[in-house]
Amino acid sequence: MKKFISLILTFILAFALCGCDYAYKYFDLDLKAEYSRELEGTTLTVYNWGEYISDGSDDMIDVNAEFERITGIKVNYLMFESNETMYSQIKSGGITYDVIIPSDYMIQRLIKENELLEIDTSKISNYSLIEEKYKNIYFDPENKYSIPYSVGMVGIIYNTAQLGKDIEHSWNVLWDKKYKDMTLNFNNPRDAFMTAQMLLGQDLNSTNKSDWDKAADLLKKGKDNLQSYVMDEVYGKMETGEAAIAPYYAGDFLTMYEVNEDLAFFYPQEGTNVFIDSICIPKSAKNYEAALMYINFLLEPQIATANAEYIGYASPNTAVINNPDYYYYKNEILYPGDKDIPKVQYYQDIADEIRIYYEMLWCDVKLY
Amino acid sequence: MKALSRLYIALILFFLYAPVLVMIFFSFNSSSSVWVFEGFSLDWYLSLISNSTMLGALKHTLVIAVLSAVISTVLGTAAAVGIMAIRSKLANKLIMATTNIPMMNADIVTGISLMFLFVFVGKLIGLSESLGFVTVLIAHITFNLPYVILSVLPKLKQTDANLHEAALDLGCTPVKAFFKVILPSISTGIATGMIMAFTLSLDDFVISYFTCGDYQTLPIIIYNMTKKSVTPDTYALSTLIFIVIFLLLIFYNMVSSKAERKAAKRRF
Amino acid sequence: MNKKSFGNKLVACPYIVWSAIFIIVPLVIMAYFALTDANGVFTLANLASLGRYKKAFAISIVYAVISTVITLLLAYPMAYFMTKLKISSQKMIMMIVMLPMWMNFLIRTYSWISILANTGIINTVLGKLGIGPLKLINTPGAVILGMVYDFIPYMILPIYSVMSKIDNSLLEASDDLGANAFNKFKRVIFPLSRPGVISGITMVFVPSVSTFYISQKLGGNKTMLIGDTIEYFYNSGPDYYNIASAISLILMVLIMLSLFVMNRFTNDESGGVVI
Repeated sequence: MKKFISLILTFILAFALCGCDYAYKYFDLDLKAEYSRELEGTTLTVYNWGEYISDGSDDMIDVNAEFERITGIKVNYLMFESNETMYSQIKSGGITYDVIIPSDYMIQRLIKENELLEIDTSKISNYSLIEEKYKNIYFDPENKYSIPYSVGMVGIIYNTAQLGKDIEHSWNVLWDKKYKDMTLNFNNPRDAFMTAQMLLGQDLNSTNKSDWDKAADLLKKGKDNLQSYVMDEVYGKMETGEAAIAPYYAGDFLTMYEVNEDLAFFYPQEGTNVFIDSICIPKSAKNYEAALMYINFLLEPQIATANAEYIGYASPNTAVINNPDYYYYKNEILYPGDKDIPKVQYYQDIADEIRIYYEMLWCDVKLY
Repeated sequence: MKALSRLYIALILFFLYAPVLVMIFFSFNSSSSVWVFEGFSLDWYLSLISNSTMLGALKHTLVIAVLSAVISTVLGTAAAVGIMAIRSKLANKLIMATTNIPMMNADIVTGISLMFLFVFVGKLIGLSESLGFVTVLIAHITFNLPYVILSVLPKLKQTDANLHEAALDLGCTPVKAFFKVILPSISTGIATGMIMAFTLSLDDFVISYFTCGDYQTLPIIIYNMTKKSVTPDTYALSTLIFIVIFLLLIFYNMVSSKAERKAAKRRF
Repeated sequence: MNKKSFGNKLVACPYIVWSAIFIIVPLVIMAYFALTDANGVFTLANLASLGRYKKAFAISIVYAVISTVITLLLAYPMAYFMTKLKISSQKMIMMIVMLPMWMNFLIRTYSWISILANTGIINTVLGKLGIGPLKLINTPGAVILGMVYDFIPYMILPIYSVMSKIDNSLLEASDDLGANAFNKFKRVIFPLSRPGVISGITMVFVPSVSTFYISQKLGGNKTMLIGDTIEYFYNSGPDYYNIASAISLILMVLIMLSLFVMNRFTNDESGGVVI
């Protein structure tokens, strides 16, 4: 028995030692800003969406590793899968984060609830690279709390090998009995409701409970048609042909297309949602200065380009958009010309009463 | 009949191992899919070495498992000895009922209620961050304790009280008598409890999910990975863990059967 | 029996304090949340609104019962047949049964997707044989399969450990007395293995009724069990802590009640848990 235990301990040690190795090869970065090593040894906790930063796979830049190397600050990188999960973690007080990247309506809500710190843009030299139209935007009109990270629209991804190219360009495909058990839908209330609201021609930010009731009924009706509710599991399901139709973010389609060229994409005729994910610093942040440094680093042309290429979403950074070497340079799905822009609506933060109402309705839909 | 029963056992074992085999198989996949096999490669094993998140989480898991197993074994053994000494039937019943709660209750309830406590206390003493290493360790100790107590108690009940008295009569201090006489006779119970605690802690997902904060253990990382596209590196890591445990168990079995044979020889 | 003591009862104090703080107090806090509203005012509204989740409760209980029964039906013969083997083989098979428990159950559950998916192993093989793809994944059946798979070791182990202690001479005696196989089972084996069965049932039923991972992965997020409902509210922010607590509280009461009922079937005073 003693031997057994000592053996376990040996393995623990061996594994612990392995953990120190790191085989990533650093890049020779060309940075615009200066990064001091004053904060060396401190930790920065970053809370971001899954699959939302260039992580060193496919010989790309590992953004966090590079930041650690340059500044000596340790990045504690955590991921969430929906704005709501992120919100619940911020509010519970269980963990504190230094940098978070929520979406528009959630930022509005966090500002309203006084959960964010003002960002001192004078200390972020690369801030000038952000395109003007993304400054002073509706959810942060005074530009105090957020710095745009990426922009996207929701559309429908489908598999041409299974369905052919001829498919109705409408949200209705999610309800079409022809596609029973082939379709997916979002596993978060706001986006899932959006698919139904669009089909019903509603305002996405309706404050009318009966609108939400109707959308919920439609979702319930469509549930039997669905294969499953997914978030980032959509990658595996669409890439392998497990499912044939999925509403998801345009940028993710481009990532999937790299793996499976049978996939195609459209913006539904009824219109869709456009979202902006921005970088914020929560009120409880413990390492504000490092957070500013990290934000500045994310805006570096080389880093922002790597992230934009990895994520596949549209970038609000002029150094990326105007870079002819950028992989998605002038890509028409990400940067549609003025004529091709679909009808879009933004998400707004909705009064608590209505929000709680639809979050409960979502639970009803899932229970149905 | 004999052949049939063997076939049945084989079928059940196949059922138990089918997903494990699938996992091992796809850990050698050359593409990043875990259900369409494209070709053999060891790439995922190599990429594992550079996956600091996963290895870091493995380290967290092992630290928590070892610490919680040791602490709960010490606390739990002491508790079992103390419980034996409590004469009041009511107190005894009350303590045992409490002990049973974490074992009987759903993990999700235990996890959420502990989270409430930690966050509540955290707010009370003004911590900005109430979840982390300490809370996940406390949570693991809490759900390990009943298993330790319930594996030590029966051994204590079987132990001859006269031995203890004899040791005292021969001039041992009570503490010395405990370590010299009682401890050896309950050691198998303690070891079982400790191994069980270690195993439970290693595999726990639900309670850690609610209490770990940013001290993420391997099951939490795996859970997060299954929320997006699982790549075969998770399978590669699990395969490695599987092999390590498999070898350990074989080794343990060899050692223990050797010891048994030796003991059997001595008896005759 | 004379009560034995090997030391001072004071050594139990650290544990008693520990269990009061980390077992009792959290449950009290949970009950407090369940009985108050967001502003901390006493209310029964949370409990009264639970009717909205009756489907989650119903499905969870039905699935848990079905998977417990299937697990029992599969595990009982397994344990019985194991006891008929040589001691050394018994030990080895025990080890093989326990081995997967050391691996992460999330991964083991997840790899069922590889087997059951529309493009997965079973359907690929069937496709080669010319049989159309079967809908296996994202069904109630897949969820129940996941439960049976994940928890069957907890049924095999206690039944086996009780059965292996059945005195062989009892079986021989019943043979001598002319009992047929059925009677032998009914009068000797089953009654003696009952404590194992009872503890196996509890150890499978409780995690099945409260799981929230299996249903998400194998059920395609389409069936919300009680566990999923609690997790959804937990992940929606503190606005929902009260309702999450109320559901948890009822889940706990439900489990304790079913354990209480189960324990009436056994006279084992230890609460009937054997591993």
